[in-house]
Order: sequence, then structure tokens, then C-alpha cells
Amino acid sequence: MGTLLFEIALTLYFAAAIVSIVELWMGSRATSRPVIYIAIVGFFFHTLSIVLRYFQGGYLPVTNLHEASSFYAWAILVLFFFLESRYKLGLLGCFIMPLIFVLMLSSSMLPRELKPLDPLLRSYWLPVHTLLAFLGNAAFALSFVIGIMYLVQEYYLKSKHPSGLFSRLPSLQSLDEINYRLITLGFPLLSLAIITGAVWSETAFGTYWRWDPKETWSLITWFIYALLLHARLVAGWRGRRAAFLSILGFIFVMFTFFGVSLLLKTYHGFKG
Amino acid sequence: MITVIGLNHKTAEVEIRERLAFNGPKLEEGLKELAAHPLIKEVFIISTCNRVELYLHSKEDISEELIKFLSSFHSVELQDLRKSLYILKDMDAARHLFRVASSLDSMIVGEPQILGQVKDAFDFALQRKTTGLILNTLVKKAISAAKRVRTETRIAENAVSISYAAVELAKKIFEDLSTKSFMLLGAGEMAELAARHLITNGVRAVTVANRTYERGCELAKEFNGRAIRFEDFPGELIHTDIVICSTGASRYVVTKEQMHHVMKERRHRPVFLIDISVPRNIDPAINEIENVYLYDIDDLQGVVDSNMLERKKEAERAENIINEEVEKFEKWFNSLDSVPTIVALRKKAEEIKETELKDFFNKFPSMDERERKAVIQLASTIVNKLIHPPTAALKNDSEDKDILIATIKKLYSLNGEEE
Repeated sequence: MGTLLFEIALTLYFAAAIVSIVELWMGSRATSRPVIYIAIVGFFFHTLSIVLRYFQGGYLPVTNLHEASSFYAWAILVLFFFLESRYKLGLLGCFIMPLIFVLMLSSSMLPRELKPLDPLLRSYWLPVHTLLAFLGNAAFALSFVIGIMYLVQEYYLKSKHPSGLFSRLPSLQSLDEINYRLITLGFPLLSLAIITGAVWSETAFGTYWRWDPKETWSLITWFIYALLLHARLVAGWRGRRAAFLSILGFIFVMFTFFGVSLLLKTYHGFKG
Repeated sequence: MITVIGLNHKTAEVEIRERLAFNGPKLEEGLKELAAHPLIKEVFIISTCNRVELYLHSKEDISEELIKFLSSFHSVELQDLRKSLYILKDMDAARHLFRVASSLDSMIVGEPQILGQVKDAFDFALQRKTTGLILNTLVKKAISAAKRVRTETRIAENAVSISYAAVELAKKIFEDLSTKSFMLLGAGEMAELAARHLITNGVRAVTVANRTYERGCELAKEFNGRAIRFEDFPGELIHTDIVICSTGASRYVVTKEQMHHVMKERRHRPVFLIDISVPRNIDPAINEIENVYLYDIDDLQGVVDSNMLERKKEAERAENIINEEVEKFEKWFNSLDSVPTIVALRKKAEEIKETELKDFFNKFPSMDERERKAVIQLASTIVNKLIHPPTAALKNDSEDKDILIATIKKLYSLNGEEE
């Protein structure tokens, strides 16, 4: 049942991603409306699959990499729907759905078996720490996508050939402002995730910081976003530079998420 | 028969158009005079500065009479009139109105005012009860065709003049123009026009820097802004988001170095520079600076050209929509002839039923209420069942409907009972 729900969500996200690419390819006639409708239906099944897994396992399904990337996609969508209802950023849906599909596809290719929760993770810190981390990273994912949209729109304006998606994309100012807001949302969440992680580590292992690769890379990511905020506030780095930094930051987020878990030896690696 | 007779900016000079205009009390007069004509069933008049058109639903072709009417009503020579007029009938007339309402026939294709003008013209006639079923439906369909064109194509979206293009670009750099400051550097007809467009699109804080300070003051007054001395403009650049420059200088008045300094001072907040002077007054290399968007007159022309191209493509799609809508209207229009036939057939059958029932009840006065009801019920059922097949056949959209209508009229001797 849970598998079926997950597969339905995956299929719908696939459809949304394909429609997104077709829409973007249509240029001046692109719209993200059909994409959003498909995404909403997919999100419904996705939510059910997560809820079902929560009841089957008895804990927040974020402990192996399959669950984590599915949950990450889910968290990004929650934030996306919120953003869409508030700001109506043209075409954001078309830019975000391919990313959602990639995350879900990776999730579908990873081992899915439901294991009893590792005693080490049996703590109320699990949902607190992970929810903070996922929401923070979801904000960074959206700022990454908006950064790309900014660069596309800026290219149109600088090249003096505003055509294609130009009329459908939001203004540079609103892309830049929302990018900034997302980072001011993501940064404190990431900070809190690191702090709660440290406290949890203290209660579990008796030490706040163990220089585990996950911890180290999270800290590097944290520094990148700290630099971005600092440069923005102090040196007035905005627009293109802010967009580049938010893209760079997200590359580190993804590495910390997948790379560290799969390539490096870590106790933090979503091994279930 | 539906007829449109009229002239527009393509077929007639403004001298003729203004003489033919139905403005002020003339509209009501003309409408009344036409509606009083025995062959004219419905009429409304569109009269704008670019077109004068009479739409009519008449019993037969009365084009000649209409030309004479226009000539005498406006006292214009028949010869002058004839070469400017176009006359279109039935579906060609419908297509014409659909195109007009969708702004495909406008001087500036895609301009939005025309739909409102069509609605107003129609409402004026509607209130004076000079329209009926046919024209009401025609206009309703024209409005919905225009709405389809508006929502399904981008015909109305592309800026096709330099000053519109400047506004379009400004809106993609800044989200809300009303919070942005604007400086007019120098003056000139095109610069003033572009400035006016920016101001109507919300730009508030306006500064004018002109070489002749007095002229600058005049303009500032007109734009509700303030004037500064030309020498002071570099300092003002720091606080300005949008600049239109047209000074007539023969060298760059804004250099790259200067702009670097300005950007630092304003903490890299974006700036939109529009240089419409020839030779150019702003160093083109400034466009390389981050968060500065510099467009010269050729760049803007390039935007306009590509928009024109886009609009042409969109116009083709719009024509397809119009064709679809005309087809729908045509279907409805054709189905119409059968309606009076059906009505007449029903009326005839009801009459026969009523007469026969009356006779029957006279012959059998002793029947009680229940029996009477049963007999009425029986008669109604028989009548309904008998006229159902021909009615259904008439309602069907078949190829040979004209023949069918004629046959049914003959069989049931319905002639002369139309309307």
C-alpha cells in the first residue's frame, strides 16, 4: 500500500517534471498552472505514503536515505505551495518540479525496507532535529531554484534580447528579495538544527561535537550561507552574486545530504 | 440578413471619418431613423475615432439604401463615400465584428479600448431597444471571442513602441514602479513621451535635470516633480533608480568610472538607464557593471522589433480563434430558421387539439371532471407524439435542413405564419 502510494506520487511528479520542461520550452507561452495542479495531486498521495510509513514504523520516516530524500522533496513542496500562494512567482513551479522528481527518483532507487528504529535514534530529538534540518534545507533548495530563475531573467535583460521566458518570469527585484527571505528563513533553521544535533549528541555520546563528516559538511554549508548573509548586509551583495552564492550553497547542501551519506564514513548517514 | 456597412482608418482619411462620425445627439438620431425603416429589424452603430460602422439585421439586402442614408444623414457626396465604404454580409459581417472586438482590426493591434467601445455602442442601442435576438447574440459572441483572444493569445501583451518597451523592461527589473525614483536627463520629444509612460505606470519621485534650467522647471511642474541644475545630476544619480537620458551632448555625460562610484554609493541597488540620445550620452560599457541595465535607442528598437514579430505570430493564432467562433455563430444562425417553423408547428397542433376537445366536450356534457382530464391527457399525448418526429428533425443540424423546413411547412400548411 505504502509502496503503491509512493509510486503514484513518483509517477505524477514525473508527469509534472515533463510538463514543466515542455512549458519552459514553449517560451513566451509558458505557464506553471497545469504543473501545479499535477503537483498538488502528487503531493496528496505523497503525504499519504509518508503518513502511512509513520504509522507502520512508529517514527518520523527520515532515518534511511530512501525516506530522507522522499521527505526532503515533500518539505520543499510544502514550502513551495506556501510561497506560491503568497507571492505567485511565475514559472517557479516549472523550475521546482524537475528537482522534486530527481529527489523522488533517487529515493525510489534506494533500499526501502522498514527496520525497527535503532535504539540510538529513539529520542524526542529525532523529529525536532530532523524537521529543523529538512525545513532549513527546503528553504535553501527553493533559494537555489529562484537563484537560477534570477540568472535566466538577468541574462535576458543584460543581453538586450528579452524574449522566450522573459515576459513570464518575475521581476529581478522580487526574485532577489524572495531569495533573500528564503535564506533568512533557512539559515536560522539550519543553525537550530546544528545546535539541537549537538545537544542530542551530548545526551547520546556525551560530547557536543564529534567532527563526523556530516557535522563538518553541515558546518561548511552553514558558513557559506553566513557569508552570503554577511556580504549582503555589509557589502550590499545582491542580485547576481547572491544568486550565485545561493546556487553554490545548495551544491553543498546536496553534497552533505547525498554525498556524505553515500561516499564518506559517517554514523549520521541515514543507515536506518 | 446581417450586414455591416462602414469605414475605418484603413479605408478612409480622418477628414471623411470625422464627417461620418455619429457623435453626440447624432447617434441617437441616426439609430432612430434606421430603426424606423420597415426592412430593418435590428441595428446598432459603432462610432469611434478610427471607425464608423452600422450593424444591421434586415429582411433583405438594403446596402444601396444605407449608402444613400449615410450620404444624406451626414451630407457627404455619394462618390466620396462609396470609395471609402466596405459592406460585408452575414458571416463575413460576423467575422468582421469579431475581429474588431478582438482588436485585430485596430490601428494598434491588441490595444484594449476597442472592446469597451463595442460594448458601449451595443448597450446604447440595447437601451433604445433597436436590437433583438440576432444582433444581441452576435455581440455576445463577439465579446466572448475577444475574451478568448485576450486570454489565449499574447496579442495585447507585447510593447510595440519604444516608450512602452521601456516600461515593460522597467517592470521586469523593479517589482513596483511606484516606489522607484526617476530622473529625466535632458529633454526631447521622445524622452518626454517615455517619461510620461513611466509616470502613468506608477513612477512617483520625478527629477528633471535640463541644460536650460527654466525648461527643466516647466517639465518638472508638468510631471509633479522637481528640477535640479544640470551640473548637479551626478550626485542625484545615487538616489535614482530609472534614468532617461537625451541631452544632445556630443560625448558621454555618464562614464563607466562615474557609474562604478555611483553603484558603490547606492550599495548596488539596481539601476535602469535608458539612453535615447543620438549620439549616445551614456558609455555603453556601463552595461557591463553588475545591477546596471543600460538600453540605448537601438536596443529598445530591437525589443520593439522582436515584439512585433511575436505579435504577428500571435495574430495568426487569434485569427484561428476567430474562425472557430464564427463557425459556432454560423451554426447557431442557421439553426435559427427552424425555430419559427417549430413554433408554428406546435401552435398549429395546439389549435387543432383545443378545437377538437371543445367540440368533443360539447357533444358529451355529462362527463365528470376525472373523465375530462383523462380525455385531455389522451389528446395531448397523441398530439405530442405526432409532432415529435418533425420537431426533432428540425432541431437536428442536418445538411438539407432548408429542404426539410420547406417540406414541413408545405405538409402542415404553415406558410405565412412566420413570426
